[in-house]
Amino acid sequence: MTHELKEDNVKQDSAEMELLRLAKRGDYAAFQQLVVQLQPRVYGLVLRILRQPHDAEDATQQTFVSLIEHLQDFREESSIVTWILKVATNAALKILRKKRGHTAAFVSSFATEEQYRDLTLPEFIAPWSKTAEEIAEQAEVREELDRALESLEDRYRLVFILRDIEGLSVKETAETLQLSESNVKVRLLRARLALREKLTKKFGDPRRAMQPIHVVH
Amino acid sequence: MKCEELLAALNDYVDGAALNEVCAEFAQQLDGCSPCQVVVDNVQQTISLYRAGEPFAMPTGFQERLHESLRAKWVEKFGAELDSDTSKGDQSQ
Repeated sequence: MTHELKEDNVKQDSAEMELLRLAKRGDYAAFQQLVVQLQPRVYGLVLRILRQPHDAEDATQQTFVSLIEHLQDFREESSIVTWILKVATNAALKILRKKRGHTAAFVSSFATEEQYRDLTLPEFIAPWSKTAEEIAEQAEVREELDRALESLEDRYRLVFILRDIEGLSVKETAETLQLSESNVKVRLLRARLALREKLTKKFGDPRRAMQPIHVVH
Repeated sequence: MKCEELLAALNDYVDGAALNEVCAEFAQQLDGCSPCQVVVDNVQQTISLYRAGEPFAMPTGFQERLHESLRAKWVEKFGAELDSDTSKGDQSQ
């Protein structure tokens, strides 16, 4: 699944790399086209992080301003999509930190190296009554998903957004958030388990519910 | 295998590692444990669901505000007027 998203990024990259080459030669129309293509992805990412459209607009603008500033430095062997997602995350994090007030608790909770100890084990285990594709077609689902994601602490939410929604690798997620790869893996697992629990309570079939794992073993 | 070890292995498995790469013990555990299989499936469905959504709608006028500010930044950075193709494109809008 993650592999498929990575392939999509590569395909998207080859079309956008050509626009980038033209932009580097001073072609503003190509740059504009590049922005049009990348903007939905960038806006979606920063909106998920910041949750406020006004802040997401600022972060999106800052991201593309950075692209202009660093256009000539950009090495074409790198992925433009991955690069822009990293820049967008940093722009969003700056705004988020400002809003959270740089508190010691925020900084230290973000930097803490986490372990697999004391994981919250799955409680409600049941197969879902519909596939993810069928559920995604229901109008009210997005709000449900947003609410579940927003209920996570920032340190788990950010890792899930970058790794599982945007498809960055563990290494890229770690570089973007300045965390170790092992820390990313632990946080990702915590985020996945927390979201699984919430969404299974919503979409799981109670008639087919099972005993929790730690009771079974 | 303890539950926490199982769940850590689950992470790698969901990320696409083949069962035998994760570890033989995990493969055995998954094979013989229905709740474990359902948890793995639930996690995969959760990720699929978050990826399946349509892009978010942009705020009204955002596109125009963005392009206006980027155009100004471009001129400031490169110190040149925009190329003729762009100007033509803009006039036709």
